[in-house]
Amino acid sequence: MATLALPGTETTAVTPVDRPERRGGKGSKAGKAGPVTYTLLTLTALVSIFPLYWTLVAGSHTNAELAASTPPFLPNASLFENFRLALEQAPIGKAILNSILVSGAITVGTVLFCTLAGFAFAKLQFRGKGLLLALVIGTMMVPTQLSVIPLFMMIADLQWVNQLQAVILPTLVSAFGVFFMRQFLISALPNELLEAGRVDGASTFRIFWSIVVPVARPAMAVLAMLTFLTAWNEFFWPIIALTTANPTVQVALAGLGSGYVPQQSVIMAGTLLGTLPVLIVFTILGKQIVGGIMQGAVKG
Amino acid sequence: MTIASQTPREALIAAPPAATAPAPDRTPPKRRTTLTRNRWGYAYVAPFFLVFGAFSLYPFIYTAWVSLHRTSLSNIDGGTWVGLENYRNLLQSEFFWNAARNTLTIGILATVPQLCMALGLAHLLNYKLRGRTFFRTVMLMPYATSIAAATLVFAQLFGRDYGLINTFLEAVGLERIDWEAGTLSSQVAIAVIVTWRWTGYNALIYLAAMQSIPGELYEAAEIDGASRWKQFLHVTIPSLRPTILFTIVVSTIGAVQLFGEPLLFAGNGTTSGGSSGQYQTLGLLMYQQGWSNFHIGQAATTAWAMFMIILVIVGLNAVIGRLRSRADR
Repeated sequence: MATLALPGTETTAVTPVDRPERRGGKGSKAGKAGPVTYTLLTLTALVSIFPLYWTLVAGSHTNAELAASTPPFLPNASLFENFRLALEQAPIGKAILNSILVSGAITVGTVLFCTLAGFAFAKLQFRGKGLLLALVIGTMMVPTQLSVIPLFMMIADLQWVNQLQAVILPTLVSAFGVFFMRQFLISALPNELLEAGRVDGASTFRIFWSIVVPVARPAMAVLAMLTFLTAWNEFFWPIIALTTANPTVQVALAGLGSGYVPQQSVIMAGTLLGTLPVLIVFTILGKQIVGGIMQGAVKG
Repeated sequence: MTIASQTPREALIAAPPAATAPAPDRTPPKRRTTLTRNRWGYAYVAPFFLVFGAFSLYPFIYTAWVSLHRTSLSNIDGGTWVGLENYRNLLQSEFFWNAARNTLTIGILATVPQLCMALGLAHLLNYKLRGRTFFRTVMLMPYATSIAAATLVFAQLFGRDYGLINTFLEAVGLERIDWEAGTLSSQVAIAVIVTWRWTGYNALIYLAAMQSIPGELYEAAEIDGASRWKQFLHVTIPSLRPTILFTIVVSTIGAVQLFGEPLLFAGNGTTSGGSSGQYQTLGLLMYQQGWSNFHIGQAATTAWAMFMIILVIVGLNAVIGRLRSRADR
């Protein structure tokens, strides 16, 4: 698996972007965007957003209106009636609450554990470190499918099927997160700072809390956002571990689609309900999430 | 491979795992300070490895063991040792080959246009641009949408009778298509969902890499009289090669695991992947074997087959990458 690192290894030659905005200007010495660029980008933006807009449109009409020969293009009044029907057919309210719990717990755990481990891998020397790190990175590429079966046996033994901890615990750490934090801390945390703390007689844990965490905060924020988003959208494991009796949003949505009489407008209203929270978060934090992904892409 | 959060897709965020390989040898020169030589290192990595070992590493290895047994879901702990029988069955099963074929075609249909479009898009986003934050954010919107939500919406859009896409086709004088029923049409539709969700994301990855290409390279190319297109071809693309290679590997791994989209595409969550299995993927087949047919051992075999496929793809890419970079020198 170590071969996987190969393509990236070469990127070390590429210097990390410190100030993307400035560099962006320089890179774009290719020139200012012309009308063609704007047209293409606007079209792409429309394509990106249209399915989401359509969810709103389709979710706010009755089925009959959707089936009309000229389909509607503006939202309509049936939205709340469809919301009501969707909530009746699938426990979406409960699902949203569950998803907040699950994603929140996963985010806290991932950020904490990955910062701890990332710090150790970046700055501490201990026997077997290289091997352990290779293990972390190697398994980053192993598909989820490969551990799902024993995992299911495990939670079945523990009688955790349909319990939220079955979804939370296995996801509580992420190899990607460890790697991400390590990459950040290697350059962001000067050894002198750590040694100064040590000279002042601070315990190792104290040093972590009062020196490492403040320095790591920006990366922790990025990791938190990405983890939350991924945890919220996770589909494969929750649909195995949970049922529609105690679902996360994704499981509830899957259940909504499999009703006996599929009513498109109700399905769309439910989809909208399940997507809204993350879209709101994305609208507020979108810029930071974009920055985080681009930063991770280069630095990682 | 930590279970839920880590679709390897996500690992792409870490994208080119830059300093990965050289890491062990590049640790700072050994200094005998109490801090950097520290057995506390183990305490810091312990929480991660405890969870990781219990819920990722151990299950990963145990899957291989399960695949050598005839084990049913109702009798999880007991199983009969059958050796390689599950693997033999798999290779003789037309369902496996059908799913493998579908996974391959959907994977190509989804990955190739996706990455090409992402590359072009990144190029556009790299211009001096008004409202660039807006464009970047909007293009990442699909990534924030879940598989379930995206698939349900697209299933509606691709609907046979009242789907918007067919309405549009009819309006411009073409024939309606029963998207879900056909082999190619259903696979194209599923590929569209995947492409929609991931293009913007990959564009951002490329954009980040583009911005770290030194401007001098373009200046030199311009002095040599290279046209804009030639600059793109001879400066941008070669500089991006490691990133491109990496997105290819990661997208391919994602494609091998494709599951949610074919599960929900018909809207009813059946595991057969269409009336004649026309869009059943390996991921879906594995789920069907384990959780519909309760044959856990066979499902584990399929999971390992998927892993082997991924290893081959990753190996091929690594070899190609190495050959190409050697050729450049």
